[in-house]
Amino acid sequence: MTWQRQHLLDIESLTAEEILAVLDTAKAFKAVGERAIKKVPALRGRTVVNLFVEPSTRTRISFELSEQRLSADIINFTAEASSLKKGETLKDTAKNLEALNADFIVIRHSAAGAPHFLARVLNAHVINAGDGAHEHPTQALLDTFTIRERKGRIEGLNVTILGDILYSRVARSDVWALTKLGARVTLCGPSTLVPKTFEQMGCRVTYDVEEAIRDADIINLLRIQHERQRKTMFPSINEYVSLFGLNKARLAKTKPDALIMHPGPVNRGVEIDSEIADSNRSLILEQVTNGIAVRMAVLFLVNGGKGPQEIAAG
Amino acid sequence: MPESHVILNAPAIQRALTRVAHEIAESNEAAGDVVLVGIQEGGVKLAERLAAQLGTIWGQIVPVGHLDVSMHRDDLDQRVAPTVHPTVIPFDVTGKTVVLVDDVLFKGRTIRAAMDALNDFGRPQRIQLAVLIDRGHRELPIKADFVGKNVPTSLAEQVHVRLGEAGAEDEVVVERK
Repeated sequence: MTWQRQHLLDIESLTAEEILAVLDTAKAFKAVGERAIKKVPALRGRTVVNLFVEPSTRTRISFELSEQRLSADIINFTAEASSLKKGETLKDTAKNLEALNADFIVIRHSAAGAPHFLARVLNAHVINAGDGAHEHPTQALLDTFTIRERKGRIEGLNVTILGDILYSRVARSDVWALTKLGARVTLCGPSTLVPKTFEQMGCRVTYDVEEAIRDADIINLLRIQHERQRKTMFPSINEYVSLFGLNKARLAKTKPDALIMHPGPVNRGVEIDSEIADSNRSLILEQVTNGIAVRMAVLFLVNGGKGPQEIAAG
Repeated sequence: MPESHVILNAPAIQRALTRVAHEIAESNEAAGDVVLVGIQEGGVKLAERLAAQLGTIWGQIVPVGHLDVSMHRDDLDQRVAPTVHPTVIPFDVTGKTVVLVDDVLFKGRTIRAAMDALNDFGRPQRIQLAVLIDRGHRELPIKADFVGKNVPTSLAEQVHVRLGEAGAEDEVVVERK
């Protein structure tokens, strides 16, 4: 295994080997969550600050639980209740947190690159929990973990990501992770939300939804992000539903073992038919469970020191 | 070029394991209460081989689990994060005699971590320790109950236990850097 990094800032800079190191480690941490005692002392005495400058519920809860299961001490810091509202800069806020001897900073921020900036100015380990429309690395890791667990591999699979790609940090991180691990990725959605420039990342772009999902092993649906769209990118929600929504008629034309994923929160009746979301082809809740295992693995790995991996047996 | 020599060959390892299995059987009259837990990675194959021998002695199947101690180590901030292997303990350890199995007993820190890790799975009646090689240099008050071979070593040496699938290519090697 080859994980030497002190931070997790993005997927783009990781090697396939590093991604697999996280996924393998996460397997062991998933088992911890299935025990009666779901806690290990790996981060005992360490302090983690969850710096969520942009609102988030599910990612923050998932990180919090992961940190608690590793026995870390936690401070939650949200934009609404913080001095950032009073005009303090991100750098000053972070420096203040570090002055409290925080060992880890998990940051969610609306500005792309905020985690990279913190990693440069702080000594603490920095983990990106989503930066603007740039990356959401732990989501991509939990998505690839879930696919690998269910399909036994990533290499050679057809993965279609359907929906709002332009504004999606999940799509960017997923494309990096999946292509690095050898999957064939297809992006599909309204042309205003799926620019052709994404093909430079090594995936395929199509606007024909039936063609996009026909040979897919995995269909990953993304939510239409109203809050990030400065102007209307498609005529109406109803038109999106009829042109791109995953309904039973469309699902019937996919491979029988194609599985459905969604990073949540789900807009039932928009990107996905309600019954499909609850069906046995949906991995949506498994993704939530696996998110904890993957985040525990990431915290565990970046916590590693600089010495040799194997000090001495015994 | 590191200098190395074989201290146990395949038949010697086999004899040592047979003796350890008989010692375990001798000190545990109630066979049904004994479970083996191999410590990842070196103890896993040994635990399975010991369980097979004990199964023959007792005429019943002896349960085997695998324990990874990485998450309970005391040197996590001093080293690159260790490779974590799955922990699989498919039985309740509460009230049982758990025999921890490892290949080499050295500083004793792995065993301390193993006892901590095991606690999360229940409360064993007793924990015993079986190792193939005891190479000395303990840093904690830990002692093995069953030892295949005591091998005095220097800190500059490394002990490698290599176990093949069929048992023919097994060997224990001491390497000096």
